Amino acid sequence: MLDVRDLKKSFAGFLAVADVTFSLLPRSVTAIIGPNGAGKSTLFNLITGHIPPSGGQVFHKGTDITAAAPHRICRRGIGRSFQHTNIFPGLTVFECIQAAFIAHHGRGRNIWGRAERLYRAETDALLGRLGLADKADAVAGALSHGNQKQIELGIALASDPDILLLDEPTAGMSAVETRETIGLLRSITEERGLTLLFTEHDMEVVFGIAERIGVLHQGRLIALGTPDQIRADPEVRRIYLGGH
Amino acid sequence: MKRIPWTLVVFAVAFFVPWLGSRFYTFIATDVAILALFALSLNLLLGYTGLVSFGHAAYFGIGAYTSAIMMKTLGLPFWLAWPAAGLAGGLFALVFGFFCVRLTKIYFAMLTLAFAQIVWAVCFKWNDVTGGEQGMPNVPYPSLGWMAAIPGLDGFRVGDRFYLLTLTLVAIAVAALRRIVASPFGRILTLIRENPERAEFIGIDVRRYQLAAFSIAGIFAGLAGSLFGIFNRGVFPDFAYWTKSAEVLIMTILGGMGHFWGPAVGAAALTILNLQITAYTEYWPLILGSILILLLFAFPGGLVGTTVDLARRLRGGTRGNGGRDARRP
Ligand SMILES: Nc1ncnc2c1ncn2[C@@H]1O[C@H](COP(=O)(O)OP(=O)(O)OP(=O)(O)O)[C@@H](O)[C@H]1O
Ligand SMILES: [Mg+2]
Repeated sequence: MLDVRDLKKSFAGFLAVADVTFSLLPRSVTAIIGPNGAGKSTLFNLITGHIPPSGGQVFHKGTDITAAAPHRICRRGIGRSFQHTNIFPGLTVFECIQAAFIAHHGRGRNIWGRAERLYRAETDALLGRLGLADKADAVAGALSHGNQKQIELGIALASDPDILLLDEPTAGMSAVETRETIGLLRSITEERGLTLLFTEHDMEVVFGIAERIGVLHQGRLIALGTPDQIRADPEVRRIYLGGH
Repeated sequence: MKRIPWTLVVFAVAFFVPWLGSRFYTFIATDVAILALFALSLNLLLGYTGLVSFGHAAYFGIGAYTSAIMMKTLGLPFWLAWPAAGLAGGLFALVFGFFCVRLTKIYFAMLTLAFAQIVWAVCFKWNDVTGGEQGMPNVPYPSLGWMAAIPGLDGFRVGDRFYLLTLTLVAIAVAALRRIVASPFGRILTLIRENPERAEFIGIDVRRYQLAAFSIAGIFAGLAGSLFGIFNRGVFPDFAYWTKSAEVLIMTILGGMGHFWGPAVGAAALTILNLQITAYTEYWPLILGSILILLLFAFPGGLVGTTVDLARRLRGGTRGNGGRDARRP
């Protein structure tokens, strides 16, 4: 599904991601964990074409997509969300999601139709699942951080990706929002047969839904395995998990 | 409360201006109609796509020269020259825009300015075709004799007839522009305005859309330029000069780029202000500058944005959002 080979990124000599290699199987749920600055976000940025790697390759279904334009990568069915909310602040919640549907279905070439009539049912359905139905008409940028994270996720889901990369999807959410979001992710992953790759600091979330966990430390992938293997790995325990 | 169709009301009122019988009013109304179209075309970039062009007059000038050359030099009819002006504006915008959209923010703006200055320089120097510094005076009016056959219009001066033609064509062009901003394409443009980076990650080829918007804005600017050359009884290099680009930028911001009609209101306000003030003093630029500073501080959403905001607040409805609702025209 997705193969990452020897991926490398150095920022002015500082190796943020060093020779990371792993593969995602279809319909797998994988978490990448690691302390702050481990290179998790950088890794996501390399895979999705946000920044060009200094070395290594990324393959999607056998095709080399290394450093391809983000919109091309997205069009192949690789969606992502951002750690720091990255939405369309001046639009309403409804419009954010609706526009993502319009973009995904390639309707943007239509300069004569009426945008407001498109994908209304799909948008309402997704907003309902995100728990944002009552906020549909609110201006996205004016909502709470937690709500904006939900919109962030909704925008990514509207593109109906096969592979979804989520960078700390629940960071900054309240306990309730976190629980809802995890429930939603679980059911949507199941329904759509999504391949999920996510980073997260909340170990309860990680061990709750990941089938496989990779541990990133100073840019290196030091372990990759099932939750039980990771829990038992002495090096991981020493570096990261500590008391968990 | 039923909404008043303001657009139709304004258009209907404007249609009857020639019946006032004043050459002066018809003159102002023609000027405003053309510049409104010009400013609205810029707002497709500024207010909808979030692109700041400092060189929009280039396409206005190209449209004006295209139709002037066709009508005066080649003796072709207006109904060919007008669409050709739009086409020329759009084509040049496509070529120049191809380079411009490769840059962002201020670099984009500077490159649009650079291309506009090139257009101006060509108009200024290419004597054989553009008439150089002297421009091309006496661009003919379109043949409007057929209007005499319409009851009620038979006694009209050619200026009045041209105004009615202008108003109709501007109305059609503006209706098309409005349709475009409300289309799925228009919605994608607002995504790009709001967050070009995120737009990339939902599969939007941002540069391509920016280029499309730039070309479409060029088409409408070209159409406006064509009308302006005829109205002005001649085309001159000034049409493409940076001061013209600045003027249309000011109109757009003054009226409010967050609202579809903002730039049209800005065009009317600035034109009328200009006439009023020049009647009393020669310090127009000084007064204009002061008024603008005042307006920018007092009306941050532009004239229309502020008015809409105020109306909403008076009605006690939802709070305004600084006039940023270009997405809901
Ligand atoms: N654009 C950049 N330029 C220079 N250094 C960068 C850049 N982006 C990231 N870094 C550095 O690379 C390292 C990895 O950053 P990254 O954001 O990938 O970490 P992370 O694992 O996502 O951390 P966090 O858990 O805090 O989100 C950090 O030391 C960071 O300072
Ligand atoms: Mg991070």
